[in-house]
Amino acid sequence: MQKDVDRETGASEMKQMVILSGKGGTGKTTVTAALAHLASQGLPVVLADADVDAANLELVLDPVKREEHDFRSGQVAVIDRETCIACGICETVCRFEAVIPGDEAYDIEDVACEGCASCYYQCPEEAIHMEEQLAGKWFRSDTRFGSLFHAHLFAGQENSGKLVTLVKQQARARGEDTEAALVLVDGPPGIGCPVISASTGMDLALHVVEPTVSGVHDLQRIMGTTDHFGVPSLVVINKADLNHARSEEIAAFCAGRDVPVVGEVPYDTIVTEAMVHGRPVTDYVDGPVAQALRGVWARVREHLFPDVQV
Amino acid sequence: MIVSIASGKGGTGKTTVAVNLALSLIADGQNEGDGVGLDPASSVHPLFLDCDVEEPNAALFLRPDIQERLDVGQMIPKVDAKTCTYCGRCAEVCQYNAVAVVGQQVLIFPELCHGCGSCSLNCPTEAIHEVLHVLGTIERGWAGLVEFAQGTMNVGEAMAVPIIRQLKRQAIPDHSDGRPVILDAPPGTSCPVVETMRGTDFVLMVTEPTPFGLHDLRMAVEVARDELSLPVGVVVNRDGVGDQGVNDYCAAEDIPVLMRIPLDRRIAEAYSEGTALVEVLPEYREQFRNLYALIEELHAERRGS
Repeated sequence: MQKDVDRETGASEMKQMVILSGKGGTGKTTVTAALAHLASQGLPVVLADADVDAANLELVLDPVKREEHDFRSGQVAVIDRETCIACGICETVCRFEAVIPGDEAYDIEDVACEGCASCYYQCPEEAIHMEEQLAGKWFRSDTRFGSLFHAHLFAGQENSGKLVTLVKQQARARGEDTEAALVLVDGPPGIGCPVISASTGMDLALHVVEPTVSGVHDLQRIMGTTDHFGVPSLVVINKADLNHARSEEIAAFCAGRDVPVVGEVPYDTIVTEAMVHGRPVTDYVDGPVAQALRGVWARVREHLFPDVQV
Repeated sequence: MIVSIASGKGGTGKTTVAVNLALSLIADGQNEGDGVGLDPASSVHPLFLDCDVEEPNAALFLRPDIQERLDVGQMIPKVDAKTCTYCGRCAEVCQYNAVAVVGQQVLIFPELCHGCGSCSLNCPTEAIHEVLHVLGTIERGWAGLVEFAQGTMNVGEAMAVPIIRQLKRQAIPDHSDGRPVILDAPPGTSCPVVETMRGTDFVLMVTEPTPFGLHDLRMAVEVARDELSLPVGVVVNRDGVGDQGVNDYCAAEDIPVLMRIPLDRRIAEAYSEGTALVEVLPEYREQFRNLYALIEELHAERRGS
């Protein structure tokens, strides 16, 4: 592992970690914000919010926007009503139920159209053209803990995976330019396309799980996904005291797969209170939750930078 | 009436509300048996669909008896090397870069393919036919008197939408007017959520009164009400935590708050064990019935107007 450390400066190669959960609402963003606060006290950090459907990290980091960019992606078919002869071929070839029949001319339901252009190629009257869509925005902001890359996917848009990849690439590039030690990525819920986009190329995935039947079930699926893409896992049990038996079940499951459990965070309404005040919980008030999260960060740091004495 | 239960933010209680709403719509003391011999069209047998195919959880609470299982996915191209002239037309028309022609070889990338069939339609030598690429399964059965269906995406796959689309097509009968059909949606606001909400009669948003809950509720309302023109109502879960943001927003946007569930450790503990709320606290049955009656009223008003 010596190659990871620059011998002259002692600085190690930049690491990237994604915070995931499978099930939503288990505390990904709470943990990410706390780690951003704690990590930034000793290391240069860059942050990315990869939950572009429901980007919440900005709500607790008080960001100041420095850059705003359009995210253009995907296209939709548009039918010219004048040229359309209502032959119905477009409806026949569309597999996404996006074509709305009409007596004189057909129409496209934008939210259903997947932009495949099959209708465009089949239309005998050349009445259809494809239009690129403005699908969202992405931003670079300054926070007290480092640069934050975040995005807003417009309602009902596709290609959230592409926007996730973009945000992540921007964060990594910034990290490399500024010689950051760590890129922290707040991931989306689920196991599908945005999660895969957020996880690929990461050095580590930290799974935030709650001790419920759903939490356990979803952890097994998300860990199957990160294993599939070759990203090593760590687990933190949130609201651990809600159900001790389930917490033990999670610990046993992780032990069976050789996945370290790096901490247990108790249930405490202080987490919501900190959120209402727009602050990471570790930066809001000291207490059992903050202590537990400091313990989590100490363990995570050992896994990220095993050769560095801090 | 088809009701989708959504939220934007994950973990706000979508599955709790969906499951308990379904269980409360059964007449008292009737939730026995395996569904054999029941008339599925009857209004006392709600139909439940778990559309959160990435992380389906409703079965953990409803414990259905699965009677039918089906592999589903999407059609992907397969090229017949004998007929193919490597002209490259398939790669040219594919909008997803799922087909590449390299010398005397056609490469197909199933994870990028949307199954639109355009390559096959455009092939001048008809060298492309389509084969099923399995993305997951659809399962159907009964949980007592609740008819149940769920989709489950295979681990490692990226595309949830085709599974949701087929789940809805297969499980929802054409004429289900008199019968409650309840769809548990995935979190978020992008394509899988849109696919779930499309064609439903009402979107019930489950939120929590916190800044995260509010932020994501706004986004979900944008999808349901503004993009899809569907009527929406809100259930405030864990009422009493957080702040007034959600209440102020609903008042300002004229979105009806149809039910409030207080923060109650007993509810969280029952959830953690996979026990339905109405089994632990049966007094909620009446509240969920009221919730459904309110949705029916709003639905009828909209139809009338």
